[in-house]
Amino acid sequence: MTVFVIRRLLQAILVVFLMSVIVFFGVNVVGDPVHMLVNPEADQSEIAATIERLGLDRPIWEQYLLFLKGAVQGDLGNSFIFGEPALQLILQHMPATMELAFTALTLAIVIGIPLGLYAGLYPDNAISKGIMAGSIVGFSLPTFWVGLMLIMLFAVELGWVPATGRGDLGSFLGIQSSLFTADGLSHIFLPALNLALLKISLAIRLTRAGVREAMGQDYVKYARAKGLKTRRIIFVHVMKNIMIPVVTVMGLEFGSLIGFSVVTETIFAWPGMGKLLIDAILQLDRPIVVAYLMIIVMFFVLINLLVDILYSILDPRVRLQDQGA
Amino acid sequence: MTDMTAATPATPDAAKVETPFQRFRSEFFESRVATFALATFGVIVLLAVLAPWITPQNPYDLAQVDVMDGRLAPGSEAFAGYTMWLGSDGAGRDLYSAILYGLRISLAVGLASGVIALLVGTVIGLVAAYAGGRIEAIIMRIVDLQLSFPASLVALMLVAALGKGVDKIILALVVAQWAYYARTVRGTALVERGKEYVEAAQCLGISKARIVFRHILPNCMAPLIVVGTVQTASAISLEATLSFLGVGLPQTEPSLGVLIANGFEYMLSGRYWISVFPGLALLFTVVSINLVGDHLRDVLNPRMRK
Repeated sequence: MTVFVIRRLLQAILVVFLMSVIVFFGVNVVGDPVHMLVNPEADQSEIAATIERLGLDRPIWEQYLLFLKGAVQGDLGNSFIFGEPALQLILQHMPATMELAFTALTLAIVIGIPLGLYAGLYPDNAISKGIMAGSIVGFSLPTFWVGLMLIMLFAVELGWVPATGRGDLGSFLGIQSSLFTADGLSHIFLPALNLALLKISLAIRLTRAGVREAMGQDYVKYARAKGLKTRRIIFVHVMKNIMIPVVTVMGLEFGSLIGFSVVTETIFAWPGMGKLLIDAILQLDRPIVVAYLMIIVMFFVLINLLVDILYSILDPRVRLQDQGA
Repeated sequence: MTDMTAATPATPDAAKVETPFQRFRSEFFESRVATFALATFGVIVLLAVLAPWITPQNPYDLAQVDVMDGRLAPGSEAFAGYTMWLGSDGAGRDLYSAILYGLRISLAVGLASGVIALLVGTVIGLVAAYAGGRIEAIIMRIVDLQLSFPASLVALMLVAALGKGVDKIILALVVAQWAYYARTVRGTALVERGKEYVEAAQCLGISKARIVFRHILPNCMAPLIVVGTVQTASAISLEATLSFLGVGLPQTEPSLGVLIANGFEYMLSGRYWISVFPGLALLFTVVSINLVGDHLRDVLNPRMRK
């Protein structure tokens, strides 16, 4: 077990290191940030001073070594635009993204599982077919277009909720969040729904498949034969068995929600990490781009590492297979 | 489609044997939804190909665009005399024309990256399956690693690094998607490799490359086609997303995503048409391909066969 964990940990570190090379060299080959930052009327000496201040005059491998040395110490460079440490800027924007992704995940579970349960129990009924058709459309619709439609319908035409921004923040147990004020809630509703859409479709499909499989199992037949009420069979026996895999998969989707939030945040002007990234790409603010990508890579590697370890505890065959390979 | 009835034998006749293609065709057209989706996609492709001949304006020829026509509502008359059934955008371009020209770019980028990713992924997957051992282990590690990140995030990382442009977007989409093909092909090829016809071919002394490409590959086509349709739809959608975010195609290559992005600023003032109509075009394209792919999966999957 320990060997397995150590091996996986080393692999994860190797991945993060490789990604740091790819990301750094990739990002630093593009564009010329000097043109973005220096006043067009500046003379040669001013340009040279800026280049030196930002360290852009050194060879790229030297820039990388400096970056790596800093990265190990938690310093990913300063933003060209804001002049503040990139890591600090991203961490400042992280709570907004987390709050959005968390709300979207909750919406997906609360909306998707009941719909999937219904579609699984009555697979041939018209409503179920409607739900399944809806889930195919939900998979196909590009997130950004749905976002536009939500803004048009709920914010412009009906005027029920605001289209952009995060609203007032409330404080609860020392956490600042939009979830604690009415204004904040009205702001988070549209972006969270937008982000949740794909995951609602996923939850519907997973739950439906689980329910259909479970209904044919012996334990359900036995519960029926025992004379239990259908309601009790479904909500106590079936749900208990299908909830674990469904919730596990949905939890694993949290990472991809953070990835997708780039789109949603840009549309709804939600001040999270994703919007920061897009703004940084457009302004060629390379330290921010590099820092964001590194944080996302670490986030995903960490999730995958935890899943691997969790599975190896639950299913020892995974561990043995790894040693054989 | 006229000889569709001929493909479904009315009377069971032992002498007439259906070819696999005929059976596939009749099973495919059994579903009305899939037939309709395929027809819709056909019409979309036709509209895109014929765009220069069936639009009143070439939206990127500045001589034909009049700024005075800017932001006209659907159904307004343009200065040049024709009716703008879908309205015009901020620069005075007829939206109907702009959408058809945009479709050309969106479809071309989506199909090109789909085909290249399919080729790259297939070759790598076949190599992994046939070489086995260390090479396979390394390739599949890379595939697993890449599939642990969402494709949209991989593409976004790449465009962040590569910058704008048609070639760069295609490259980003290919890199983001090849792994799906590689995994599919390798899985199928592993199953096929164990079959007797491969053993027979090996006994005949046929070269490895010939066995892989002439014997194993044709038998991997069914799952490849299914993955290919779904991935192409997602490539089109992904390109539109990146272009919408401003990190995809430049303004000089206005795909549907660029058109939607241009309309976004007018949306809050109630000029919905500039974003909505290109969005609908994108929607019909992606949904029709997905519906076809969904049905192909059912038809081509032997386990689903009754």
